[in-house]
Formats: sequence, structure tokens, C-alpha cells
Amino acid sequence: MKKILLIISLFLFSYKNAYGLITVDITRGNLDPLPIAVSPLHVDSKSEKLSIFETEKLGEEISKIIEKNFKSTGLFNPLKRDAFVQRPDIAHLKPRFEDWRLIKAQALVTGKLLIKDKKLKVEFRLWDLTAAKEMVALSFTTTPNNWRRVAHIISDKIYERLTGESGYFDTRVAYVSETGPKNQRIKKLAIMDQDGFNTKYLTLGNELVLTPRFNPTNQLVTYLSYFKNMPRVYLLDIETGIQEVVGAFPGMTFAPRFSPDGKKIIMSFAKDGNSDIYSMDLENRVVEQITKHPSIDTSPSYSPDGKYITFNSDRSGLQQIYVMRSDGTQVKRITHGAGLYGTPVWSPRGDLIAFTKVRKGRFYIGVMRSDGSGERLLTENFYQEAPSWSPNGRVLIFYRETKSDSKGKGFSAKLWSIDITGYNERRLKTETDASDPSWSSLLSK
Amino acid sequence: MSRGLLFSFLFHTLVIYLTMLTLPFMMREPIDLPPIVSVELIEIKDKTYIPFAPKARKIIEKVKEEKKRVVSEQAPPASKAKEKPDRIPMPEDKEEIKELIKKKQNPEEIKPKIRQASEFEKKELFDTNEIAALIDKAKEEQAETQRKNDELTQSSVKTSFAQGLSLSEEDALRAQIFGCWSVPLGLPYDKDLLVRIKLKLKPDGRILKSEILDHARMNTPGQSFYKILAESALRAVRICQPLKVPPTGYERWKELQLNFDPTEMLKG
Repeated sequence: MKKILLIISLFLFSYKNAYGLITVDITRGNLDPLPIAVSPLHVDSKSEKLSIFETEKLGEEISKIIEKNFKSTGLFNPLKRDAFVQRPDIAHLKPRFEDWRLIKAQALVTGKLLIKDKKLKVEFRLWDLTAAKEMVALSFTTTPNNWRRVAHIISDKIYERLTGESGYFDTRVAYVSETGPKNQRIKKLAIMDQDGFNTKYLTLGNELVLTPRFNPTNQLVTYLSYFKNMPRVYLLDIETGIQEVVGAFPGMTFAPRFSPDGKKIIMSFAKDGNSDIYSMDLENRVVEQITKHPSIDTSPSYSPDGKYITFNSDRSGLQQIYVMRSDGTQVKRITHGAGLYGTPVWSPRGDLIAFTKVRKGRFYIGVMRSDGSGERLLTENFYQEAPSWSPNGRVLIFYRETKSDSKGKGFSAKLWSIDITGYNERRLKTETDASDPSWSSLLSK
Repeated sequence: MSRGLLFSFLFHTLVIYLTMLTLPFMMREPIDLPPIVSVELIEIKDKTYIPFAPKARKIIEKVKEEKKRVVSEQAPPASKAKEKPDRIPMPEDKEEIKELIKKKQNPEEIKPKIRQASEFEKKELFDTNEIAALIDKAKEEQAETQRKNDELTQSSVKTSFAQGLSLSEEDALRAQIFGCWSVPLGLPYDKDLLVRIKLKLKPDGRILKSEILDHARMNTPGQSFYKILAESALRAVRICQPLKVPPTGYERWKELQLNFDPTEMLKG
């Protein structure tokens, strides 16, 4: 019967199209980086001179940051300026599209800036060169000190307009800065822009600190500190510098993370060799036990809708990743492959979970769907762990340590990033050695 | 009893419906699928490797002298020699073969040892019986092709019936656009990502007019991704032009619809 129906539908379909318009289905495209020209922003001659930077070069500096951001994505190919045929002072007007098409550019960024009354005003325009039309035009006014952020915000707007997803340039990374020999590391809490600039140290390095995590508004950081040799979860307000212990737990708390609404902190609490997952409401300080199992349950991470929690547990004998409802019910193991799985982190898009896998002494960073299917290992190394998602769920940041001899020589820890496609692996510049990165959400939404 | 009656009723309704649909179609001229002429692949060795183009040119010139058009203008000797075996020749090709037989040019001059030969030389070497056999064979192959066509996939059937682009022509166009289309990677692949673009083309494959068929979706709230996708598709078409359309049959493809859908690609 099915066969008959198939034949009939085939026949009807053929009939319908017998003398119709020819249609061709295009289901694939290329993933080559989009050629984009970023013309240096034109500096208005009426601009005031400021001591913090050379005003004349500011337009060029901003466009350099935009170019660097684009290059780092692997999705864009910023064209060399030597090839530009139009000068910046006229490029902020309507461009000569055919000139830019000559150098094979598909998109063009132009703009201008003015410093007046100690305010920086920046305008930019994104042009579609093949269609010869403007795609987006925006202007920002801010204090001149914020000029790097302006460059990042422009990058985000262009990225969003061309790729369809939000950008991740106007963001920060919190991490643990490491200095000193391997067996005597001084670890400080640090924070920097995603491109490695504007590093600030939030602790002095007297206590060991680990696993900093941003809250959704990027105002607070929760982390583990060994204050007076007692490992506990702390909360730090970045603006005021005020710190507090999270919850009055009679023992060690670790692996903290905020809930997607920022109202709760979820963490592990260890007692008598058993650790379970707890959450604490930051408003009323009510503590709730979520898992209750005589095994080590740790590294909890909420799904973006807050309905589920992923965590790792050795309840099956080996460390594996599990998913449960946020009230602790319906626990389900999602990893079944060979090796150990840990540090699961739910993607901000909700579709994937990133993890660290250890197999035969090698460390892998990978992603899989939230039901455990479609596991993809993105990168392999001697030692690497702790992936953290970019706010758009496209890039992972993690840290990697190098092998050292018995005296600790040759040891280093660096931050790396990789695209979820497994391409575009890059090292992030940090002032010192670095570990445990955590990517903030977008600062300007 | 009632079940059998129902089945019978449905079956007869279906038959009537099909008859209504197919009869006008049957009355139209049958689709004239041209025969496939197979090309023998000859192994080229050092000894036998000689350039054949000049020889072919000589023959053509001689034929031209007699003011008889024996070769199609769309098929110059060089490109004809390079043609792929799966090319479906136009119906006129049969006529050309017949013409060539009549205008046979000193076949003795061509050394029998030389196995590497152009299409024209091969035809020169044929005698009438062989040509007749070839035509018969071609007829057989035509039947074979039609039989095979019955088993073709839906899209192939669609194209053939539409007298549109052949599979290879469609593939060439598709491959060209694949190369030009930078797919925006941030699109939500669980949404409807089909963008239909209607093109009006010039005979050289350049675009006269492009139109997004679901234009209303461009400004629908919550569908901002559609605008980005549609723009990327339009960019692809513009970058690609002139499009790789067949050199002949402008009337067939002067209007073309391209359906862009990156869902499979984005799902990975």
C-alpha cells in the first residue's frame, strides 16, 4: 500500500512540475572566512587632544581591535590595508562599492569618531558590498577611557549582523593567575578583557584560589578559596571588593556555579568522604540538598532554562556525567564511553554539554548533546581541563598544562580557546600563567 | 462486506482521479529523451599518442568548403573531443552523423594503426552499416534510458519532466553556488531555514532580476535570522554571476528558482 502511495505521490509531483519553473536546491555552502575590509575610522579634525592616547591614531587603533577580534573567530578574513583603494577620510561617506569589490571584499566597515567635551563619540557603518547597501549603522557616546570597549561592541554588532548569532567580544574572562615554581605556586584571582587586555587582580595571592565563576550580570564572582586552610566557596563583588563565605557548611564546599537567573549558587559539599550537590538561595540564604548518594557528586552546572542540572559522579564505579531535574529527581547517566568524564558545562544555547575526558592518560575537551549522544572530542593534550562557554555558545575556553620534570621544570599553564567545530584553536594572551578560566556574559546587552 | 465496498470505492475514486490527472498529460507530446551515445575509452600509449585536433580541423575545413554545415556551432572540435561519456546529445546529432556519411573524405588517408581519434575522425572511419547499427543501438539505449528514468529519484524525475536542466547541468550550477555561499553559522537550525530566490537571467548567465519569494518573513519579529540568511543567499548568487547555465535553451532557464536551505549543513 505504501508503495502505491509513493508511486502516486511521485506521479502527482511530476505532473505538478511538468512545465513549471526550474528549481535547484542549494543545501550546502562554504565555510571559508568571509573577506571583510575594516577601514580605519576617520578622526574628526575638531577632536580634542587627550593625554591618555594619541587622538589622531585612535581611529586606526579601534579598527585594529575590530580586525583582531574578527580574525580570532576564524569566520572572517580581514583584508590587508595595503590593498585598500579608498582613504579613510572619505570612507566614512558612501563608499565606492566597485572599488572595494575589486579587492574581493564582501563587507566593509567604515566610521568616524569625535572627542568633544571629554566625551568620545564613535559612529560606524557596515556595508554589504555585493548588494551595494548599508547593513547596519550605529553610534556610541562614552568616556574616552572606554575606547577599547567601543571597539569590542562594534565587533559584536557586526558579528551579529553577519552571522545571525550574538557576539562575544565585549566580555571578560575571570581566571586564576599563577606565578612561581610548580610546587610553590602563588594563585591569584584575576579578570581581563577577552582579548587579554585590562588585567586586574582581585586577590593578593595569600590563599590558594580555584574555579572562579561569573554571575549572569558579571558583577559577582563565586570561587573556591583556602582561607585559613579551609576550602570554602566565596562570593566576591567585583566593584566593591567585598567577599563573603557562601553558606555556613560544617566542612569543605567546592565547585560553585551560579544558576542562570543568578539567584542561586550550586556547589558540592564534602563530609566524611562523601560529597553531594547543594544549592543556596542568595536572597534568603536557604540551603537545599539536591543529590543524596554515597558517592562523589560534583561539578554541577545548570541548563540555561534552569530546569536541569548536569554533574559528574562516580556512582557507577567510574566518574561519568549525569543529568537530573533541578530538584534532584530523574537522575540519568548520559556518558557511556570508555574513559573518565568530568567538568560538564551546559552551553548557553542549551543544545550541548562541554566536558573533559580522560582516557589512557590523555586529556580531551569535547562536546555532546544534552542526552549524551553525538559526542565529539575537539582537542587532545597531555593535560587540559575546565572548559567554559563563550556567551553565544560557539567557542570554548579552557586551560592546558605542559609536562614538567621531577623538579617542576618546563611547567606552564595557559589559556586556550577552540571553536565547537574543533577548528581555530588559539592561545589567549595572559600576563602570567593562567588556569580555571570562566567566560562572562556580554557586558553590554 | 462494507469494508470491501469501501475499499472498492476508494480504489475506483483513485483510478478516476489518476485518469483525470494523467490523460491530459498523456495527450501532450511525449518527452523526447535523446539517446545516449557511448564513447569508448581508449587507452593512450606513447606510440599511439598523437595530437588529433589539427586532423579534425582539416576535415571540418573540407566539409565547410562544400558549404554544408556538418557540425554544430555549439560543439567546436576541441570541446567535443573532451566531452564526458554521459553527455546527452541533442536530437540533431543523428542528422549530423548522416551528413558525415554522405560527405566522407578520403578515409584511406587515415592510418588504421592510429587508434586515438577525434569524434570526427571516428565518424569518418565508419561505414554506413556501422552507422545504421549505431543508430539502432542508440535506439536501444534510448529505451534503456527511459526504463532507467522510471527508477530515478523524485528530484531527477522532476527535472527531466520539466525539460529543465539535465542532472549534470544542475550539478554544475549547484556546485558553483556552493562555492559562493558563505553560510551564516549562527542560524537556529531547528527553525525553518528555507530561502527561495527567483532569478531572471540574461542569456550569458548574469542576473537581470532577483527576488526573495518569502519576502514578508524578512521583517517578521522573531525571524531576524531569516533576513541574514536571505541576504547571504543573495550575496552568493551575485558573487557567482555569471551563473553556469547551459549554452543553449535560454527559454528553458531564463527564469530559475534557487532553494537555499542550510539545515543539514548546520546540524552537521
